Amino acid sequence: MYEFLRDLDRRVIFSLMALAVAVPILLQITPPEKATPIVRDAFETIEALEEGDRVYMAFDFDPASAGELQPMATAFVRHACEKKLKIYFTALWPVGPQFIKNAERDVISRDFPDMVYGEDYVDLGFKTGNEGVIKLVANDLRTQYPQDARGTPIDDIPMMEGVASIRDFDVIMNVSAGYPGTKEWVQYAVASAPDDVKLVAGCTGVQAPLLYPYYPQQMSGLLAAIKGAAEYESLVLGKYGRENEPGMYQEGLRRMAPQLSGHILMVGLIFVGNLVYFMARKRGEA
Amino acid sequence: MTHATRRGNATFGVLLVLIGVAIAILNAVAFHPGAGTQWTKRTEHVHTLEDGSEVRWTEHEAVSVKEGREMAALEQDAAPLFSRTAGLWGAAILTLCIFSFLLGDNPLYKAAEAIVVGASAAYWMVIGFWETIVPNLFAGLFPDWTRANFMPKLSAEASVDFLLLIPLALSVLLLLRLAPKIGWISRWPTAFIIGVFCGLRFISSLEADFLSQIGPTIKPLIVMGENGFDLESSFSNIVLVLGTMACLVYFFFSVEHKGAVGKVARSGIWMLMITFGAAFGYTVMGRIALLAGRFEFLFDDWLWLIDPKDAHPAQAFLQTIAPMLT
Amino acid sequence: MMKRTIPMLLAMAAGIVMILAYFFPPLTPLQDKTTVWFNILAAVAFILGGGNLLKVHLKKVSDRREGWAYSMITLAAFVGVLAIGLFKIGVNPLDEFPAQRMAGDFRAEGSGFWYVYEYVFAPLTATIFSMLAFYVASAAFRAFRAKNLEAILLLGTAFVILLGRTAAGVFLTDFLPEEGILANFRLENLTVWIMNNPVTAGNRAIMIGIALGTASVSLKILLGVDRSYLGGGD
Repeated sequence: MYEFLRDLDRRVIFSLMALAVAVPILLQITPPEKATPIVRDAFETIEALEEGDRVYMAFDFDPASAGELQPMATAFVRHACEKKLKIYFTALWPVGPQFIKNAERDVISRDFPDMVYGEDYVDLGFKTGNEGVIKLVANDLRTQYPQDARGTPIDDIPMMEGVASIRDFDVIMNVSAGYPGTKEWVQYAVASAPDDVKLVAGCTGVQAPLLYPYYPQQMSGLLAAIKGAAEYESLVLGKYGRENEPGMYQEGLRRMAPQLSGHILMVGLIFVGNLVYFMARKRGEA
Repeated sequence: MTHATRRGNATFGVLLVLIGVAIAILNAVAFHPGAGTQWTKRTEHVHTLEDGSEVRWTEHEAVSVKEGREMAALEQDAAPLFSRTAGLWGAAILTLCIFSFLLGDNPLYKAAEAIVVGASAAYWMVIGFWETIVPNLFAGLFPDWTRANFMPKLSAEASVDFLLLIPLALSVLLLLRLAPKIGWISRWPTAFIIGVFCGLRFISSLEADFLSQIGPTIKPLIVMGENGFDLESSFSNIVLVLGTMACLVYFFFSVEHKGAVGKVARSGIWMLMITFGAAFGYTVMGRIALLAGRFEFLFDDWLWLIDPKDAHPAQAFLQTIAPMLT
Repeated sequence: MMKRTIPMLLAMAAGIVMILAYFFPPLTPLQDKTTVWFNILAAVAFILGGGNLLKVHLKKVSDRREGWAYSMITLAAFVGVLAIGLFKIGVNPLDEFPAQRMAGDFRAEGSGFWYVYEYVFAPLTATIFSMLAFYVASAAFRAFRAKNLEAILLLGTAFVILLGRTAAGVFLTDFLPEEGILANFRLENLTVWIMNNPVTAGNRAIMIGIALGTASVSLKILLGVDRSYLGGGD
C-alpha cells in the first residue's frame, strides 16, 4: 500500500479530480447557500439604492476566469435591472465588452425588454490604459469616453447628461479577475472621493484574501470566488425569484456541488500525502 | 523520462481526443440526436442606397434549440446554422486537445497552444486599434477622415486636437523598438510610460494601501458591549491589531530578529502562515470553479448530457441536420 | 544625452505632473491630458506585442529551429485573426449607415471576430486555466507536508477554509449551537472569522509593506536615482 501511494502516477490524481468535478455536474446537484455578512453587505448596498440611481458596472475579466465570475456578473446585472437602476457598462480588460454584450443579450433583452439603450443602460466599452482609465474617469469621464461602444457621441446619449466623473455615480459594481481590477478601483476611484464613491466587487478566489483589508472602509461588500457568487445569487433569488427561474441565474449555486467534492478530495489528498511522508520518515526514506 | 515514455504519453493524449470525438459523434447520432447544434433567429436587413443599389445582409441572433424549434413551428425565421455548429464542435475539440496535455505532451496540444498564442496576440492588437487608437487618436487628429470611414456618428463640428500629435509621435517611436539599429529611440515613450506609472502609483499606494489601512487597524483591544465585556469582539480586535503589528515587525529586516523582536517576528510568521493557508484554500476554490465551467460547456452545450438552462429538446438527428443541408 | 538623459527627463516630467496635480488642482487638466496620452500608448503597446511575436516566430521559421512547424501555426492564427479584425470581415453595416461597411461593430454577434472569440479564444484560454485544478491537486498530494509548526498552521487553515466554504463545513459542525460562544467554532463561522481577522491582519501588513516599497521605488525612478528602466550599456 505504501509503495503504491508513494509511486502513485499523477494521472490517477488527475482522474480523481476529473471525477470529483464531473459527477456532481452530471447529477445536477444544487446545494442551498446561506449568505455571509460580507456578501450580504454588498447586496444591501444595492438594495439601498432608489430607482434611477446610477451604477457604474465594470466587467474586468476574461474567459479564463469566467467560470468563477460570470455568475457574479449575471447576478449584478439582474439585481440592477430589478432595482430599475441606470447601468453604465465599461471594461478595463480587452474581452470585457464581450461579457457586456452577453449581459445585454441574456439578461436585459430577454428578461427586461422594457429597458431602453441610452436611457436605462449604456455600453461605454473598453479602453486601454489600466489604472490610467480609472484615474481619468475619476476626474473627467467624458474625455476618456468621447463615444460609447456603438460610436454614438456621449453628448447624444440621454443618460450621460449630468455625468462628468465617477463622483456622479452612486455605486461602482466591479467584477474583477486581477490587474487591473478591484484593487485599482479602490486605489484610484474610491481613494479620490471616499465620501462620494461606494464600491461593491466580485473577485476570483486568488484575489479574495488580498482584498479583505479594504472591507468595509473602502469597499462596501465583496463576493469572493464562486461561493460569494452563489451566496449573492441566493439573495437575489430570495428577493426577486420567479417561478421557472432560468438556469442562468443559478450558475453559481450549481457550481457549489463540484466545489464540495473537489474540496473533500483536496483535503483527502493532503492527508494521504502527509501519511505517505510520515510513513517514509518512519522507514528512514525521507 | 525516456523517449519511449514520452511517445507513449503523446499517444495517450492523441487517443483521448480521438476517443472523445468518437463518443461525441455517437452521442449526437444515437443518444442525444442533434447534440451540439446551434440555432439562430434570422432577421433580413435591406437598404437602398443613394445611387439606387441595394445593400442586404442577414442578422443572426443565437437562440436555444428549444426556442428555435418553437419559432420554426410558428413559421418564424429560425433554423440551425452550420457555421456556428461547426464552431461549437471545433471549440469542444480544441478543449479536448488542451486537456490531452494531462496525459502527456502531444502534437494536438502543441497545435492548440500555438493557435491560442497567435490568436490572442492578434485579438489584443485588433481591440487596441478599434477601441482606443481610432476613437481616441484618429478621431482627434483626423475627424473628417475618421467620420467618413469608421465613425459616421462623430460630430461634424469635431475639431482637430493638435496636441494629439505628441502621443502619435511617441507611438511611432515606441513601434521603432522592433527596428534593430534605432530601437533605442523607444526608450523615450517607455520612459514616459514609466514616469506616468510611477506618478500614479506613488500617490495611490500611499493613499489607499498605507494611510487608509492605518485607521481600520487602530481598534480598541477591550470592547464593552451592551452587556459588559464583549469577549468575541475584544479577541477579534486583539488578533487583528497585534497580528498586523507582528507581521510588520517580521518585515523589519534591518533589525535582527533576536530576543523580544525575534519572538514577535515569529508570531508574525504564524499569522502569515494562516494568511497563506487561506490564500491556498481560496485558490483551490477558484481553480475548481474554472474546471467546473469547462465541464459544463462539454456536458451541456456540446453533448447535451445535462440541461440546466432548459435549452435542449429530444429530437431525431435527421430532423436537425436536414434544414442545414438545404 | 539622447539615449539616457532625455528619456530620464521625460519620465521625471511625466511623473511630477501626475504627483503635483494632487496638491495643485489647477494642474488637473494637464494630468488628464498626460493620462490620455498614456492610455493611447498602452494601446500601441498591444501592437508592439503583436509585432514582436511576428518577429520572433518568423525568425524561428526561417532558422528552421525545433518546433518551427508550430510557429507556422502561430503565425497563421495571428495573421488570420488580424485580417478578420482589422478588415472587419463578416461585420454587417449599421442600419443608419448602410453604405459604410467599416462603420459596423467588429464585435457584433455573427461577425468574423465574434466567431474567433466564441469558438477559439474563449474556450482555449478558459481550458488552459482550468488545467490548474489538476495540478493543484497533484501538488497538494506530493508537496504539502506538515513538517513543522508553520506548515501545520498553513495546512490547518487550508483545511478549515476548504471545508468551511462548502456544505461539508456546515455538516461537520452541525452539532454545535447556532448562537453563543460555541457557534464561533462552527466551520462556516470559523472561516468567516479567520478571513476577517488573522487573514486581514496578514494581508494588511503585506499591503503596507508593498505600498511603502512602491512609493520608494517610484520616488527613486522619478528622482533619477534608479535608471535601470533605461537599459544598460549604450
